[in-house]
Amino acid sequence: MGYKILSKKELCPNQFELVIEAPYVVRNAKAGQFIIFRAEENGERVPLTIADVDKSTGALTIVFMAVGYSTQKLAELNVGDELVDLVGPLGQPTHIKKYGTVVCLAGGYGAAPCYLIAKAFKEAGNKVYMIMGARTKNLIFWEEKMKDACTELFITTDDGTLGEKGFVTQVLERIMNSEKVDYAIAVGPLPMMRAVAELTRDKGIYTEASMNPIMVDGTGMCGACRVTVGGETKFACVDGPDFNAHLIDFDEVINRSKIYKDEEKKRSENCNLLKMATK
Amino acid sequence: MRQRPIEQDIFERRNNFNAVEENLTAEQVKIEASRCLNCKNPQCVKGCPVNIQIPDFIKALKEDNLEQAGEIIRQTSMLPSVCGRVCPQERQCEGKCILGIKSEPIAIGALERYVGDNTEAKKVSIIPSGKKVAIIGSGCAGITAAADLRKAGHEVTIFEALHKFGGVLRYGIPPFRLPRKVLDREIKNLQEMGVKFEKNVIVGKSITLKQLKEDGFDAIFICSGAGLPKMMNIPGENLNGVFSANEFLTRVNLMGANDEDKATPLKVGKSVAVIGGGNVAMDAARTAVRVGFEIVYIVYRRTEAELPARLEEIRHAKEEGVKFVFLHAPNEIIEKNGYVDGMKFEIMELGAPDETGRRSPIGTGRFKVLDVDTVIVALGTGPNPIIQKSASTDGINFATDKRGYFIVDEETRETSIPTIFAGGDVAPVGASNAINAMGAGKKAAKAINKYLANNYNK
Repeated sequence: MGYKILSKKELCPNQFELVIEAPYVVRNAKAGQFIIFRAEENGERVPLTIADVDKSTGALTIVFMAVGYSTQKLAELNVGDELVDLVGPLGQPTHIKKYGTVVCLAGGYGAAPCYLIAKAFKEAGNKVYMIMGARTKNLIFWEEKMKDACTELFITTDDGTLGEKGFVTQVLERIMNSEKVDYAIAVGPLPMMRAVAELTRDKGIYTEASMNPIMVDGTGMCGACRVTVGGETKFACVDGPDFNAHLIDFDEVINRSKIYKDEEKKRSENCNLLKMATK
Repeated sequence: MRQRPIEQDIFERRNNFNAVEENLTAEQVKIEASRCLNCKNPQCVKGCPVNIQIPDFIKALKEDNLEQAGEIIRQTSMLPSVCGRVCPQERQCEGKCILGIKSEPIAIGALERYVGDNTEAKKVSIIPSGKKVAIIGSGCAGITAAADLRKAGHEVTIFEALHKFGGVLRYGIPPFRLPRKVLDREIKNLQEMGVKFEKNVIVGKSITLKQLKEDGFDAIFICSGAGLPKMMNIPGENLNGVFSANEFLTRVNLMGANDEDKATPLKVGKSVAVIGGGNVAMDAARTAVRVGFEIVYIVYRRTEAELPARLEEIRHAKEEGVKFVFLHAPNEIIEKNGYVDGMKFEIMELGAPDETGRRSPIGTGRFKVLDVDTVIVALGTGPNPIIQKSASTDGINFATDKRGYFIVDEETRETSIPTIFAGGDVAPVGASNAINAMGAGKKAAKAINKYLANNYNK
């Protein structure tokens, strides 16, 4: 079962869209699920959320930022190359139902999974607002695609170079003040997901956040991805990745995400590839 | 005198993952085989979970007939090179050996392993049956069943969730106990027989049982093991530096995290407490020694007499400098800046024997803190519910026990759903170990072969 790259696009600097032949992943894939890849024989297993699927051809789309060793290795692959390993779909799908009004908050390169999530909520009969945020204009991608997936799209940039100046939370606040929001889901960096959770908590709006902890196998056999939710230990790879954002112990998640920072730093310092990438 | 294999130097082997024990030499094999009394009513055979005809294969060795010894073993056991190395023989075949009463039992494991390593399984011609069997999981149960099913002519596909085959033999048991060439050889043999191996397929996610049926599989054997780690549920368990033994061993054994050329990172601290007393705890502790922890403790809540690990591994661990702390039960992991900064234990004493005859530890109310920066939890595992959960959404509801293990017919290993069989650690009958999983694979394959043959004649 080859995992051949069918197309490759640089969506914005250092951020790539790959379409990969992956019939086993695509056959049962649902919004919110993820895959684990190994780019090369010596590679590590890295999780990435499913960004899009084509059920008729068995093609899978992933979007990622080349931020470290393994994503850099993945970015080096070209059309026609094969990944050594690709497994999925993993995790529980996003809990799609008709809630009424749904807000999807997409931050940075975490934005891509929101496409399928928003689309599925819309198809289930919800009014779907999507708020997409990034640091600056050239980090915003898939604008047209996102527009199609939701009822209304908002864009924010920290520096105001595209859409509204500021964070996704200020748009969410405005929507919450003008109408009843029944469900919110945040996918993006941890501080952003935490800020969304704090905002919706007081209003009692049910909110989920898509966790992205360290994973190894992704099938529930190791517990590297442990997250405390409402005082209970959950494995994000099998119980999640989406959890009730008001019950997540974000301090713990943030702490656990740093465990290998020394090891990764050492690797980056030794890695000529990464030196080139950051130049 | 019982012959002992040459062992790698204690100080040297602390720094490498090479096999600790060499095979017996041909000369030693001869001496050891000649010690066997060839009992009329051999107890050793009863002690072997798959009843290998032990005196027969030893007799063949005595007569310099190595090939024949191999054939005798392979009539019942497909993985002699594996089982000769990882079986807890002191509680099985060797534990029953009559010689053990007055002196030392025959080194059956070492002989089996010698035979396994030095002979090949006989090639058989395969007559296609036109039937397809799916095996879910490539561990001991799966590879054993695959061989017997393939010999019956079926098209056999093994689906494996990970990117490499072998299950616990690959990600759990370290190479210093089971050299990878031994495992690779078994898998290559099956591939040569025409068994198809599909990696990166998670049944229940990538493909459902219902879809396997739709894709034309006539029978399914589920042997996905018990891979879900049990945690301690004590404060501090999610601090940085606390790992399940599964995670620690997977990083090293499967991902090569101890190797600088491999991308998977490993956090190596100064001192580690490995919690538990089974083989997994020994493997984790001895691996911790090899990746560079200076102080390695095994902390167990009972005493040395109750340690469930193989005697050989306990001895090897001690020789390699692992410190054993008995009668200590986990209480709390101490934190500093989000990382482990010590672990608190309650000191235990043994109470009266329970209904199984085992003495349970009882807390004394006294506590002790071990100065460690890493904790590895090796308290056992449970079954992964992915398959059952996914099946139930398709209206297939398996009978399972309260811990989630499949309930199967002891003889045929058929689940509550006809044509779907389960065995090994996911549907345990008896102790959870390699040879019992193999036994389950054999039983399931026999039942599946019978079922498909009947069906075929219709």
